Amino acid sequence: MLNIEIDGKVVEVEHGSTIIDAADQLGIAIPRFCYHKKLSVAANCRMCLVQVEKFNKPLPACATPVADGMKIFTRSKAAVEAQQSVMEFLLINHPLDCPICDQGGECDLQDIAMAYGAPASRYTEEKRVVINKNIGPLVATDMTRCIQCTRCVRFLKEVGGMMELGLINRGEHAEITAYVDKSVDSELSGNIIDLCPVGALTSKPFRYTARSWELVRRPSIAPHDGLGSQIEVHIKDGKVLRVLPREKETINECWLSDRDRFSYEGLNSPDRLKVPMIKHHGEWHETDWKTALEFAGGHLKEIVGTHGSDELGVLISPNSTMEEAHLATKFAHGLGSDNVDYRLRHTDFRHDGKRLGVIWMGCNIPDVQEMDRILVIGSNLRNEHPLLAQRIRRAVANGAELSVVNPLDDDPLIPIKHKAICSPNDMVNVLSQILKAVSGMERLSLCLPKSLSDLLEGVRVWDNSQAIALSLTGHGETMDLISPRSAVFLGNISQHHPRYTEIFSLAEAISSLCGATFGVLSAGANSVGANLVGAMPKAGGLNARTMLESPRKAYVLVNVEPELDCHNAALAKQAIEQAECVVALTAYKSEALEDATVLLPITPFTETSGTFMSMEGRVQSFTAVTKPLGEARPGWKVLRVLGNVAGLHGFEFDSSEEVKDEIFGGEKPSAVVWRTLNNNLRELIDVEIKVKLDSDLQRVGEIPQFQSDAIVRRSPPLQKTKQVTKAVLAGIHPEQLTKLGINEGEKILVKQGTGSAILEAKADIHVPHGCVRIPGAIAATASLGDLLGEIYIERIPATAPQEEVSA
Amino acid sequence: MINKIRELFSSFMLLELVKGMALTGRYFFARKITVQFPEERTPMSPRFRGLHALRRYPNGEERCIACKLCEAVCPALAITIESEQREDNTRRTTRYDIDLTKCIFCGFCEESCPVDSIVETRIFDYHGEKRGDLLYTKPMLLAVGDKYEAQIAADRATDAKYR
Repeated sequence: MLNIEIDGKVVEVEHGSTIIDAADQLGIAIPRFCYHKKLSVAANCRMCLVQVEKFNKPLPACATPVADGMKIFTRSKAAVEAQQSVMEFLLINHPLDCPICDQGGECDLQDIAMAYGAPASRYTEEKRVVINKNIGPLVATDMTRCIQCTRCVRFLKEVGGMMELGLINRGEHAEITAYVDKSVDSELSGNIIDLCPVGALTSKPFRYTARSWELVRRPSIAPHDGLGSQIEVHIKDGKVLRVLPREKETINECWLSDRDRFSYEGLNSPDRLKVPMIKHHGEWHETDWKTALEFAGGHLKEIVGTHGSDELGVLISPNSTMEEAHLATKFAHGLGSDNVDYRLRHTDFRHDGKRLGVIWMGCNIPDVQEMDRILVIGSNLRNEHPLLAQRIRRAVANGAELSVVNPLDDDPLIPIKHKAICSPNDMVNVLSQILKAVSGMERLSLCLPKSLSDLLEGVRVWDNSQAIALSLTGHGETMDLISPRSAVFLGNISQHHPRYTEIFSLAEAISSLCGATFGVLSAGANSVGANLVGAMPKAGGLNARTMLESPRKAYVLVNVEPELDCHNAALAKQAIEQAECVVALTAYKSEALEDATVLLPITPFTETSGTFMSMEGRVQSFTAVTKPLGEARPGWKVLRVLGNVAGLHGFEFDSSEEVKDEIFGGEKPSAVVWRTLNNNLRELIDVEIKVKLDSDLQRVGEIPQFQSDAIVRRSPPLQKTKQVTKAVLAGIHPEQLTKLGINEGEKILVKQGTGSAILEAKADIHVPHGCVRIPGAIAATASLGDLLGEIYIERIPATAPQEEVSA
Repeated sequence: MINKIRELFSSFMLLELVKGMALTGRYFFARKITVQFPEERTPMSPRFRGLHALRRYPNGEERCIACKLCEAVCPALAITIESEQREDNTRRTTRYDIDLTKCIFCGFCEESCPVDSIVETRIFDYHGEKRGDLLYTKPMLLAVGDKYEAQIAADRATDAKYR
């Protein structure tokens, strides 16, 4: 520890810290533009110049390490003069058009110029002008305002993983630019808006709509992924105008993914359902709540009465709050049905009843960046968990080794040490190879259960599996670690996999053999919470898959758009079509719900109170930040009254807190969570190595990042991004294309089960042999089946009509 | 004693009355200062703070850039502004309302305006028949500006050297 003195105050700081750290520790303000605590030090704005005793020149506080006994003056005459001069230089080329600048009122340059600048300008010459850039639909630019602090450049390089912006030329000609004709496509690009200290980078959707001082700021929780990022919703006149991150070091740090930041535009979509609607003779009629609820409750009761309670199926979105999931489950149980599920995109439920607890991430979020070895199985990290990917990126930058087993070779913008890219069906095979390799390590003399060791008997371990195993156990090339902190994570592709349970048990076996953390990176904002409240069939009930395969007479859909949110779009459509009564609790009118019987408008996360449980088991309650739109009501209230109307007991709640208390039995949530989180299985699942598929081809149906749920799908800025606007293509490996005799760009007929679609074939080297990449959750592929099912491809004869055929 | 005699004397002589009548008489014949409003009007300062107006540039483009400084500075919260990015990418208001029933005519809005768009004119004799009539919207304010632009511009020019 070093003792230094700043402005006469003595402080003890650690070796290697800088003057600015010490000043921040003391609460002494030093103006800064380029310095950011989460980014590398650039020291190019010179705003943080301070006077240091025995130095005849001022020194930049952000880049000067402290030495013992240093005496620093931040407000001495020399320091003030230096700051004023720097400010004068910065303002030479900065336009003084604050009134039309969107940053006005929340601008670092404005504030610091007021506090540290000279009272008047002496500059009368011409100012420079920089040609503006278009870097995509999310970030607006005014490059003339840029002061070249390079925070955006450093962010995209260090945190985003790809240097999508750069500083070219020098001196007065220096300018920030993207690559020629390229936009900034990072899934974290919105953060450069927050980072920019001036108005050079601002939010495009928010542009010119409000001033920072007009906005009411209310805390909430991001509802799109399992991370549970803390957000601050900015509201004017009851309308959500923007979303910013709330700083939470252990979850989202000071970042926010674009999906969480810009999805709010979907909240004000014209698709919002404002009044309850009933379908009568094929036509939709608006009605009041009383009629709608009585109709819905009565109809459901009638069907349960005449056809038996087994004919009722309840599907809950994993993005619903815990309260909604609990009440929907309770409602189903009240009517005598056990057909409840939230795992809409899952296809393999063989470990139902065999789990010891609630499936979770296995560790806390900050632990990820402390790992030495990480194995990710079946995940497109950047799409699914942008901010977790960022943590892994940092871990790798700090020397960790990342291995992946994935059916897609997309670049996560993280250096991957070892990878096994294989068809979804082969993933089980690869994992068993890794397991065999791990169990073969001498140091790990643990015995495998007989069933597993028998299974591994005939497995031949390939080189990359061996390498992954070596890396995971710390035996890799460098062999620098005796006992590495390692983790095995299952991503969305694994969870949607038709052999999820086999992947799960193999991954669990691998991780327990090498002492790794084992976890599942759940897809929805509340997957873990829905699991905790037990929104799943208990004994013999139907799960999300069987509920659609053997269609029910009545469905209750909570926050679900069946065609887009379920594992099998075609099956979901058929099931909903044939049902006698479909009660849909939804925030949006949509084509997907055209076949419903009653639409009950519920509110999205901004208009309801509730609780999300993140994948690390963090229980976060939030309140409504704005009033419900139109007649829409919070989901928990609607379910509560639906319970009353159906004459069920135990639906007398007056607030969502009461529902939460019932979920946690009045205990502290953390106590319940601590007891229930457990990724272990009661017994091993039978793993079969050699499963032969009928088709030569298997679909790899990932969920695109900006299609993951109903709110995101309706956010215009996100829908204008390159990820969404590019055509829906069937990605096939070029060699496979040649084998099939298909030319790139040719329209092909893609068949799955009874459905089919016509898509353009695209040569995609990131897809392994035997696979076709066709995304799910979009209208163009809503006639197809399982996300990871077998698929058949046919060439279309030249004369065939070029429109979509559906069986 | 002498005072008593003096008092008695002046009461008998009606001296107070004569003094009062003399004052009355003086004003009776003096030049009148009463102004016959509305036919006649008193002179006004170019800084007079009356009815608000939104101005335009000589090319017809509205001056207001929706910076919202007037809205922020208004002590009576009488101004409501909504803004957007217009088709030509400029920052413009979609709504600019001044509630004259709230306005206290302090002139802060005019003072804060960076483009001399919102101004207070010399007009003070306007009225509304219903309460809502005094909620001036953007077209109404622009119309006031268009009608009195010559006067407004002349006033600003006169006052420019003191600003």
